Formats: sequence, C-alpha cells, structure tokens
Amino acid sequence: MQVSMTMNGEEITREIEPRVLLVHFIRENLGLTGTHWGCDTSNCGTCVVLMDGQPVKSCTVLAAMADGHDVRTVEGLATAGVLDPIQQGFMEEHGLQCGFCTPGMMLTARALLDANPHPNDTEIREAISGQICRCTGYATIVRSVLWAAEHPAELVTIDEEVGA
Amino acid sequence: MQIPAPFDYARATGVDDAIALLDRHGPESRIIAGGHSLLPMMKLRLARPEWLIDINDLYELDFLLVDKDKLRIGALTRHTALLESDDIARLFPIITDAEHVIADPVVRNRGTIGGSLCQADPAEDLSTVCDVLGAVAVVRGPNGDRMLTMSEFHRGPYETALAQNEILCELQFAIRPRTSSAYEKVERRVGDWAVAAAGASVTLAADGTIEEAAVGLTAIGLDGTVPDIDSTTRGQKPSEELFAEAGRLASLACDPVADQRGPIDYKRHLADELTRRVLRRASERAAQTQEG
Repeated sequence: MQVSMTMNGEEITREIEPRVLLVHFIRENLGLTGTHWGCDTSNCGTCVVLMDGQPVKSCTVLAAMADGHDVRTVEGLATAGVLDPIQQGFMEEHGLQCGFCTPGMMLTARALLDANPHPNDTEIREAISGQICRCTGYATIVRSVLWAAEHPAELVTIDEEVGA
Repeated sequence: MQIPAPFDYARATGVDDAIALLDRHGPESRIIAGGHSLLPMMKLRLARPEWLIDINDLYELDFLLVDKDKLRIGALTRHTALLESDDIARLFPIITDAEHVIADPVVRNRGTIGGSLCQADPAEDLSTVCDVLGAVAVVRGPNGDRMLTMSEFHRGPYETALAQNEILCELQFAIRPRTSSAYEKVERRVGDWAVAAAGASVTLAADGTIEEAAVGLTAIGLDGTVPDIDSTTRGQKPSEELFAEAGRLASLACDPVADQRGPIDYKRHLADELTRRVLRRASERAAQTQEG
C-alpha cells in the first residue's frame, strides 16, 4: 500500500506492507536512524516521535496509521542549523550519557514545553514517566528540560558548537 | 524484532462504513483504534487478524459531553482527553483517578476508552470503572443500535458481547446527585499491569447515610462488582468499621492467582485495603458534593 505523510516538514510517499511499524518505516524506509528502536513493547519510550504534535511510541503505531499525518522525529528538532532549546538543554545539563533514550526524551520534552512552557519538576517527571533511562537517574534530564524552559530563545548554531 | 503477521488494511470513513467493512471481510477482520492493546498482541502473534479496519478517522466517535442527566463518552476518546476533562473530574472522579494510572502519558495519547473495553483484559482498569458506575455501552451493527449493561457487554477475559460486525460507539454514565467515586491501583512501576486495584462509587442520602454503593476490583479475579457491598452499606453512616467490613467482603470475593506480581495472601490484603481506601475517598467526595 502507499502511504504519504509529512516527515519533519517534508511531504513523503512510500510503498510499504501494511504491517510495517512506524519506527521501522522511519529508520529503514526513510533512513532516519535518530529514532531509536528499543523494547518493542511500548514500555521504554526511546522510539517516541511526535504525531500531529503529540508524543507517540512509534513501535506501537503502524506506518499506515500515520498516513496523512504530520510526523516529527529528532532530526526535525534543529531547524536551519539551529538547535532546539531542548537539545541545547541536554548539552548544557548533561541530559545523556549513552544517548539511547535521548531522542524520545527530547521529543516528549518538546511536546511538554509546547503545551506547558514552565513545567515544574513533578510535571517533567510525569511527562517522561513512560520512558526509561538507565544512565542518568533522570535528574539531569529533568534539569535539561528546566534549562530549555528557562531559555526558550537561547539558540545556538550547530556549526558553532561543533567548532567549539 | 516483533512484526505482526501479514494483514490487509482499510481505513473506515464512518461508523456504517466500518460495519460494512467488518461484514465484507468476515471473522478475521478486526477494528483498530489506538492500537496499544491489539498491536502488541499482533506483534507477539497472539492475534493474527487478516484485515485491520482503522477507525482513527471516525471523529464522530471522539466526544465527551454532558447530556442532561448523563455523561456520554465516544468510544474513540483518548485516555489523555478523559484525564484532562473537568466534567469527568467533577462528576466521575473515579475515571480521573484511573486515567492517572493507566499506562503512561505517551500511551494515553493513543489509547481509547472503547479499545480498552473491547480488549477486555482482566487487568484493565476502565472495565472495573464502568462496572462500578453501571455504565451502558451503545453498540452499533448492520441492524442499528443496541444498549448493553456492563454485565451483558463483558463475557469474560478478552471476550465481549460484540458481534463480529458490531462496533462499540459510546459509553453512557448516569449522573446522580450526592454521588462520587474513587479508584486506586497498586502497580510495580509506571505503566505496568496492576498488582491489584479497586474502584468505588457512593451515593449518599440527604441524611448522610449511604443510599447506594458499589465496589469493583481489577486484576484479582472478580467479574462485575463485589457482592453484598450495597446491602451491607445501605442506610449506614460512612465509618471506618463499615469500610473494614466492606474490605473483608472484597478480600473474600476476589480470586487472585499467585504470580510474579505477588502471592495470593498479599493480593487479598490489597483487595481489603484498597476497598477501604476507595470507599473512604468516594464517601468524602460525595459528602463534599452535598456541601457544594
């Protein structure tokens, strides 16, 4: 079957089997490997992407069900070489070690800040409660999101960061 | 890698279209809504439908409205919408309590009330909530609508009264004065299935005694509500002694199995303790509606 969707702002169309899960469609058909594939049982949350602005676990959504919808992955967070404040926050506050949970964490955090620009510690922990991090103990993730909330306009270009 | 067995996929454009598609594709066709119960089962090949009928475009089933003396919830209403509804928090806080502990926030963005009830997992929270509240299910098939009580709707684990070509459209909850409710679950971690959970609804008479009460239990082997709760509590003032007696009835009525979530004695203890807590909270909330 044919599916079409908006992926990180770009219209895409692909021919797929109906049983293809959104996470595999994103990684294998589109080559966007920033979305990670973890537990495969909708527990760990590393596969979270935004569908119409809402975080969803892409291991438990068919690509066919995303047909006609707007999907945003971690690759869509930075725009025109400028990091999203969430990404910058994870850098500033060491919100990751191994990085496996990071794409899902950042997208859930993005959706949280879109709905609630000034969340408190409890609200952040609630928002990411369906996602597992085995490195940080969550403390630095929470601080990263708080950093992003405090720096909504803090924009740094990727090139500068890489150069620095 | 867990991938479902092959199937064909169709997107329904309306309720009648969904029913026609179910009719056309026969017994191996299944409705998919949020997919957070069905897809995991398909990935494990515990379910192998040949056709999936996607109803996510049926916005007419995504509603939540107070209609005179009842609350009507469309079957496609997402858990997140139920959790965030002020009407529900005011009228049926048992639903809000339960939604706080159903899966996790990301799963709640997709999962639906209709999907939860149709999956009919014995560890599923909203089935207990609907039992306790005496919900009515509106079901549509080729010959029109029919209304089912929860005892008619639920046939057992993973089994409902829905015919192959029928679709659950909405749930209705009677709004009654001086009535409130509560739900509490014990789980090992966020998003896990319940070790045990309990829900209660309490209606107070004008003099503050209990006019009607119901308690339901989740994941510990009880279909419907706990017998004799209503007759035991009716006409009594809410009290710790009364809640203790109700807890005793609940611990006797349940039939838990020992598993990795705990031994039988522990689960019976939870039935007792959680019943006391939800009856206490529902009674306090019902008294507050009276004051308001």
